[in-house]
Amino acid sequence: MTSHIEQFKIHQEPFYQPKGNEVELYQAAYAARLPVMLKGPTGCGKSRFVEHMAWKLGKPLITVACNEDMTASDLVGRYLLDASGTRWLDGPLTTAARIGAICYLDEVVEARQDTTVVIHPLTDHRRTLPLDKKGELIQAHPDFQLVISYNPGYQSLMKDLKQSTKQRFTAFEFDYPAAELEVGIVARETGADPETAAKLVKVGAVARNLKGHGLDEGISTRLLVYAATLIKGGVEPRDACRMALVRPITDDADIRDTLDHAIDAIFA
Amino acid sequence: MADVKKVMQHPHIQALWEQLQCGFPQVAEVFEECMAEALASLTKEGVQAYVESARFLGRMGHGVEPILIFLERWPAVAEAVGESALPPVMDCVRRMWKSPNGKAIVPFLQSLPAAARRLQSQELLQRYLDLVPDFMDRTTGSIHGIHTTFPSPGLPEFFDQVPFLLGQLPIQGLKNWVEYGIRNYGGHPERQKDYFSLQSADSRAVMQRERHGTLLADVERKLDLYLRGLWRDGDHLVPYSTGFSELRKPVPYYDKLGIRLPDVYDDFILPSLAGGGGVGGEGKAVPSPGASRHPLPPAGEGRVVSGLDRYRATLAHMVGHRRWTEAQIADNWSPFQRMAVEFFEDARVETLLIREYPGLRRIFLALHPVPVEGACDPETTSCLRHRLATLSRAFLDPDHGYTDPVLLDFVQRFHGLLAKDGSSTSEIASLALSYVARTRRQSDQLPNIHFKDTEVGYRDDNRQMWKFIEEGDEEEAFDQQRKIEPGEELEGLPPRHYHEWDYSSQTYRPDWVSVYEALHPKGDAARIDKLLAKHDALAKRLKRLLDLLKPQDKVRIRYQEEGSELDLDVALRSLIDFKGGATPDPRINMSHRTNGRDIAVSLLLDLSESLNEKVAGSEQTILELSQEAVSLLAWAIEKLGDPFAIGGFHSNTRHEVRYLHLKGYGERWGEEVKGRLAAMEAGYSTRMGAAMRHAAHYLEAQKADKKLMLILTDGQPSDVDAKDERLLIEDARQAVKELDQKGIYAYCITLDPRADDYVTDIFGRNGYTVIDRIEKLPEQLPQLFLALTK
Repeated sequence: MTSHIEQFKIHQEPFYQPKGNEVELYQAAYAARLPVMLKGPTGCGKSRFVEHMAWKLGKPLITVACNEDMTASDLVGRYLLDASGTRWLDGPLTTAARIGAICYLDEVVEARQDTTVVIHPLTDHRRTLPLDKKGELIQAHPDFQLVISYNPGYQSLMKDLKQSTKQRFTAFEFDYPAAELEVGIVARETGADPETAAKLVKVGAVARNLKGHGLDEGISTRLLVYAATLIKGGVEPRDACRMALVRPITDDADIRDTLDHAIDAIFA
Repeated sequence: MADVKKVMQHPHIQALWEQLQCGFPQVAEVFEECMAEALASLTKEGVQAYVESARFLGRMGHGVEPILIFLERWPAVAEAVGESALPPVMDCVRRMWKSPNGKAIVPFLQSLPAAARRLQSQELLQRYLDLVPDFMDRTTGSIHGIHTTFPSPGLPEFFDQVPFLLGQLPIQGLKNWVEYGIRNYGGHPERQKDYFSLQSADSRAVMQRERHGTLLADVERKLDLYLRGLWRDGDHLVPYSTGFSELRKPVPYYDKLGIRLPDVYDDFILPSLAGGGGVGGEGKAVPSPGASRHPLPPAGEGRVVSGLDRYRATLAHMVGHRRWTEAQIADNWSPFQRMAVEFFEDARVETLLIREYPGLRRIFLALHPVPVEGACDPETTSCLRHRLATLSRAFLDPDHGYTDPVLLDFVQRFHGLLAKDGSSTSEIASLALSYVARTRRQSDQLPNIHFKDTEVGYRDDNRQMWKFIEEGDEEEAFDQQRKIEPGEELEGLPPRHYHEWDYSSQTYRPDWVSVYEALHPKGDAARIDKLLAKHDALAKRLKRLLDLLKPQDKVRIRYQEEGSELDLDVALRSLIDFKGGATPDPRINMSHRTNGRDIAVSLLLDLSESLNEKVAGSEQTILELSQEAVSLLAWAIEKLGDPFAIGGFHSNTRHEVRYLHLKGYGERWGEEVKGRLAAMEAGYSTRMGAAMRHAAHYLEAQKADKKLMLILTDGQPSDVDAKDERLLIEDARQAVKELDQKGIYAYCITLDPRADDYVTDIFGRNGYTVIDRIEKLPEQLPQLFLALTK
């Protein structure tokens, strides 16, 4: 069982640059085993934050990427058939509750609403998980904690959490870091020189200003890191920017032109 | 003819003079001078042809002017496009001579040098020359077979405008412009004159459309994004026209109403640096690619600044002012001091802009003139502008290469000031004032000002930089809102203008049709209720149909773990998996959900005069039958709950297309609407395209999966001002295409039994129904609708 737990442990410190007191707040939430919700645009460091905290607290982390085909049994577990009959297999949520891991449901709005309801009993004072099909009621391990993330930027009526789900969580609002911080992050992640990193961050800022004017989402820190990686690998900076920053986020010719112009103006 | 006895000094010229056989004393006066120039620039054969042509012009009986102009102008033309252009030019002249258009020869010859200078190649000049006979043939008129013909009214006007036109348009654009004029005003001498002398509004509008360069309207979104993205700024971009004010070029500026920019910028080609700096930064505007003779060097090499980048530079400069410039009190400073402060402040904000986006330096430097040190003579001219422009260049360009010690000192002080936190307007102003004091010369007061290479095109007029304590600015009053005089036309909404398609040229006529929209007057709603009661039996049948339609088709959702039914396909597959020992997929059920009906409908009624006719074998007019049909249809659609609008239209020339609002999408089918429907009246003509475009404008804004426009008409599109029958048919056809592009399906219900030939053209083979028996209309219209949307 220990080796089973071991595989979910994080052994190397994942780099995370705190933007405020979120590390302390998270620690406090964990101390009380309160469920946590992370909100914020894509690529701003939500998942990295969870990894970092799991490492810091020395707890195993089980991550589930949610999608719309996911059913409740994908989370909880199901009976499988094998040669000798049927066998129960725990789902990731059940496993986490048993071993006392941090269970991280990434992009939880992607899952169907009836799926997300199964987490309810785990997130209030009960801290239990009923397995209907197996006829078992799991009492969650004292170390177990549930973390979910979602990106409110989708702004789709269909893709929002139910109030009853929302109101079971404490929440952090994430956003892209301030310019100097982001420069530090990009430089630290890729080993790029701060000057290049600063220019990349500036390109990012231009795109973020255009959000809502033809862009659904600005350039994420993740993409900036990609661009810096390419530059570090010897790619001409402007080409790297076009490839990693502009082309992925838009098909709109006007926006593309504007961003290309910004790149030329910044990497002069 | 007795030749004027004049002895030329040079024997060769004397020989040519005799060959000319010209008796005009005015020619004798200039002949020697012209020939000297010709002999220097033309080949021997060229000179021969030149004299030969001049001889012809002198003898063709239109007086002295043609030969005089020709002698004076030809050498310059030959130099620009080569002397081999002479035969086609003379052909042109001969054709004019043989036609009644002899009067146009002089303006034609006068237009040549400008045309040659603009077009720069014989090939392009040839295209210009090809234009002329075509123009002439098509506008030279004759009246009812009488053998007198009349000269083309527009031709001389046209030649007068050619130098200006070619400055604005590429040759193809000129051709299109001429084409438009001939087509629309070919038969109307006075209007033709107005058009070709650029007096009429649409003449200017068409010219605007054909211009070369980057039009603000085309790049407006990019510029908005640019402002927002790079500068977190944004304002209303207002174009001002650059095409027509020759005397005083307007300069970009901004105020609380928005940012004013020129309506068009040409690409800016840097003067070749190898050719010596003296050419300066004026640069040369070239026609955009395609029309240009020069293969343009690829942008980005630093040789070309695209029109878009010029806009960006202008905007960036203004953003700089908006960010960093505080208005200064101007009253105590002299105009010279103010000018200096402006130059310094402009350079300051640009330096700060470049600090933000280093790539701007390339663009600014490319557009900034390069004043040559010492180009201005301080003894005879006022050099302050030149000094300041030089200094401004030096502030921006680290490799300016100027050596004047005072200049270098100030450049250093300038950068010293900006080094820490970008300084401020007042600090930079005091530096500017000390510069003026230090370099002041008596000659600065001279009226003769050195302007060359001192105008920085992308900078605004700095009106925001100054505060005047003393009031009395006339400028302020310029933009003030004036009271709108109540006119007779203000009953409804102001007109909306729509393009109209001109099939013969395959172009749109810009803003050709004015559509006035108004609420239809109200009548007695009870009449409609009576009509509905009359069709009670039909309504019952329709109701049954409607009930069938209402619960819309179900949509199956497969792969459900829990569902209402077993999905056999999937269940079998799972069973096979199970038997085979693999994990079966438990999602073997399916469920249903009903798909909502999502159709928005716009019904467009033709209310032209012909509706007042009585239907054969009946006491009712078409209008009354239409009322019945529309009432039934409206009732049916209301039952279905689809968003639904009704509009009627008729037209009285392109200046007055009326669109009568009967029912809006948000309105219920109630007393109001019934009342309007009851008051429906018919009159005037059928300009269908404009009405469709107008109705589409509303339908487009509806949020629905399917959008349907039903057009109920009784005849082909026509109007009193459209002589060509095809014109409005083709326009309607084009309107249908536009609708299609907007995702609107147009369907026509026509009451004209002979409609097939044209209605197929407009709506396509499957886009219409002809209702032969008009009395059946009330029954057929709702059924048709239901069939269409089933």
